[in-house]
Amino acid sequence: MKGRLIKLINKFSDKIIQLAHGDGGLKTRQLIDHLLDKYLGNEVLSRLDDSSVIDIGPNKKLAFTTDSFVVDPIFFPGGDIGKLSICGTVNDLAASGAHPTAISLALILEEGLPVKHLEKILSSIKKTLDETGLNVITGDTKVVGRGNADSIFINTAGIGFIDDDYVISPEMIREGDTVIINGPIADHGLAILSQRQEFNFQADIESDCAPLASLVSDIKNASPNIHALRDATRGGLATVLCEIASRTLFDIEIFEDKIPVRSQSRGICEFLGMDPLYIANEGKMVIFVSSQDTDKVLDALKNNIYGRESKVIGKVSGKEKGSVFLNTQLGTRRLVDMHYSEQLPRIC
Amino acid sequence: MCLAIPAKIIKIKGNIAEIESLGVKKEVDISLIPDAKKGDYVIVHAGFAISLVEKEEALATQGYWKEWLDAQED
Amino acid sequence: MHRKIEELRDSIAKNKPGKGINIMEVCGTHTMSISRSGLRQLLPEDVNLISGPGCPVCVTSSHDIDHMIGIIREYPVTLFTFGDMIRVPGTVSSLLDERSQGKDVRVCYSPMDALDHARKNPKKEVVFVAIGFETTSPLTAVLLKRAKEEDIKNFYIFNTHKLVPPALEMLMLDEEIKVDAFLCPGHVSAIIGSKPYEFIAKRYRTPCVISGFEPVDILQSLNMIINQYNAGKPEVQIQYDRVVKPDGNPAAAAAIYEVFEPVDSDWRGIGTLPLTGLGLKNTYSRFNAARMFPVDITQSEEPKGCKCGEVLKGILKPFDCRLFAATCTPERPIGPCMVSSEGSCAAYYKYERQAYKIDQ
Repeated sequence: MKGRLIKLINKFSDKIIQLAHGDGGLKTRQLIDHLLDKYLGNEVLSRLDDSSVIDIGPNKKLAFTTDSFVVDPIFFPGGDIGKLSICGTVNDLAASGAHPTAISLALILEEGLPVKHLEKILSSIKKTLDETGLNVITGDTKVVGRGNADSIFINTAGIGFIDDDYVISPEMIREGDTVIINGPIADHGLAILSQRQEFNFQADIESDCAPLASLVSDIKNASPNIHALRDATRGGLATVLCEIASRTLFDIEIFEDKIPVRSQSRGICEFLGMDPLYIANEGKMVIFVSSQDTDKVLDALKNNIYGRESKVIGKVSGKEKGSVFLNTQLGTRRLVDMHYSEQLPRIC
Repeated sequence: MCLAIPAKIIKIKGNIAEIESLGVKKEVDISLIPDAKKGDYVIVHAGFAISLVEKEEALATQGYWKEWLDAQED
Repeated sequence: MHRKIEELRDSIAKNKPGKGINIMEVCGTHTMSISRSGLRQLLPEDVNLISGPGCPVCVTSSHDIDHMIGIIREYPVTLFTFGDMIRVPGTVSSLLDERSQGKDVRVCYSPMDALDHARKNPKKEVVFVAIGFETTSPLTAVLLKRAKEEDIKNFYIFNTHKLVPPALEMLMLDEEIKVDAFLCPGHVSAIIGSKPYEFIAKRYRTPCVISGFEPVDILQSLNMIINQYNAGKPEVQIQYDRVVKPDGNPAAAAAIYEVFEPVDSDWRGIGTLPLTGLGLKNTYSRFNAARMFPVDITQSEEPKGCKCGEVLKGILKPFDCRLFAATCTPERPIGPCMVSSEGSCAAYYKYERQAYKIDQ
């Protein structure tokens, strides 16, 4: 089964880049599918996995990923751009079942950035590297003029190895699979928002930014039937589910009363008219597992520091058109769509 | 557009009140509710309180409609 | 399913008139709540919920949008707007497109943010796009009263405020529209109370129920409407009594009429409706951005094939428009009903385009 994303009908006709092209939703999809793929597409890249996986020898694969971090503000409750840059790449590697092995780090610094801020970020990077047992083995530093980088931009790339024949990829998803998430959604995006002047509210909310390599390792050990993993970042849980559904053509059912959302996150969303399903996370893995192994995987998750609040949120139903349905608290059932417009600029 | 949610007034300073809803605190303008007092529940729309609401009734709109329905029966 | 929801659902099915009933809601937040909760799945086919012109963004005329865009193109102003407005297409552009081209367009959550900005930047001309029905016009009124008291010289509003009750009368007079009852807007009514709707019940013999926004509120309201209809005794009832009082919010209503007066208004896709808008009184005319920043606008046009007008009047459902989900989608909207976060086309597209009935 080839794992190509279904091409969207609409052609890419925008004449200038908008913020929405970077929010992880539909416009980002279009930019990738119709412009980037046109120039750069190849069999590996076009699969658009969190990391790309290539064979490098008998029973040995290499996972490779890259990510850029432009979050504003650079310090936020629960983390900073440094921690984010390591977690983001570690989680992309973990999502393909790889054991993260090494990281590159490229810094673009804005003239005027206080050195003590840079030190705080480097310290945060070091702490996250220590937790994951990783090292930065290559890097680059540039400085641009005042006003050209919003304090600091970071790019990381990571490699990891897959030494077993455990294949984790959306192609492995089967009808009846359970869908699990390792904890409450929307915290990261809302934590960022709470720091933005124009929104003017206070809430006890922290980013969920966390490196999930150990969590993935634990669940792989608990069950040989983890079919797919996705890091639910920009665009939120809904976007990840819509992408998987449209790629595999399986319909996915989720249950509103099972989706974990902290009450203060719900509160902020109510205030601002936002939907937690579409808000970014940085420490959440969506797990597709054979239904018979659901309990084993839940146990393993709850024994991991980043999985204590894990919940089963839905299941994979039949192969239809690749739609995602929400079963509401009211007792009805409705579509979950890819979000169109930018909800929150610069949250990753 | 009519997005408005219930919140509790925890502090008042002139025309501005600090309100709290589901763990979120915000400052809103209460000049449209001249009788508002600390401890009152109000409906907030675009940074203004536009109406008072009964505390128990506020449950319905805070996502606790099942509890509100059950309470109505009692 | 909660026992009470089952009761409300069953009661609607049992008591609905034999010929069915057409109920129009006129509030974008009701439109969204109905679609988002899948409420239609709980109703019999012939209890027909129609979306009316309840989304203020959707009914703002192309001409007004073209004018706003003209202002930021020709004058060095900072424009503040609610988020909903930013992607609505005028004849050739939208505020978002203008922002992408470098114009100073900002989204605010509260109108106070715009006034604050004007206070802090006295050298910059600041324009706030004042849009909304009676829920929002008191806020603009308070804003302008304050701006006048503080003698703020660099603040203006681009005024597109509209009124609900006179618009409902226009709908009643339109023979194409077949409405048996109204689900009236909850927060507009928190301001104006229930009295302004009484003429609909008395003169047009049409039941009205002022409803809250939770699905359970709407289900209760539908039951109340059906009971009124069956009894042949149309009146204005308040389901949303936890917030709405018969007299509304007198302080807020007074604020509106201190600053504004009723004027004729252009409703996109519908036309000019008499005395359905708010215009600035003379004493506040210096805040009128449309007057202070005149712009030459070439003929404003509606896009070809766009049926937003009929959708807004409730004559067509979104999927009756040939452009719906084909060439008109949220990422490439042709008309306002698709682009607004509360437009009926956006609601249907996002939540109901693969309508499923649940098995019960």
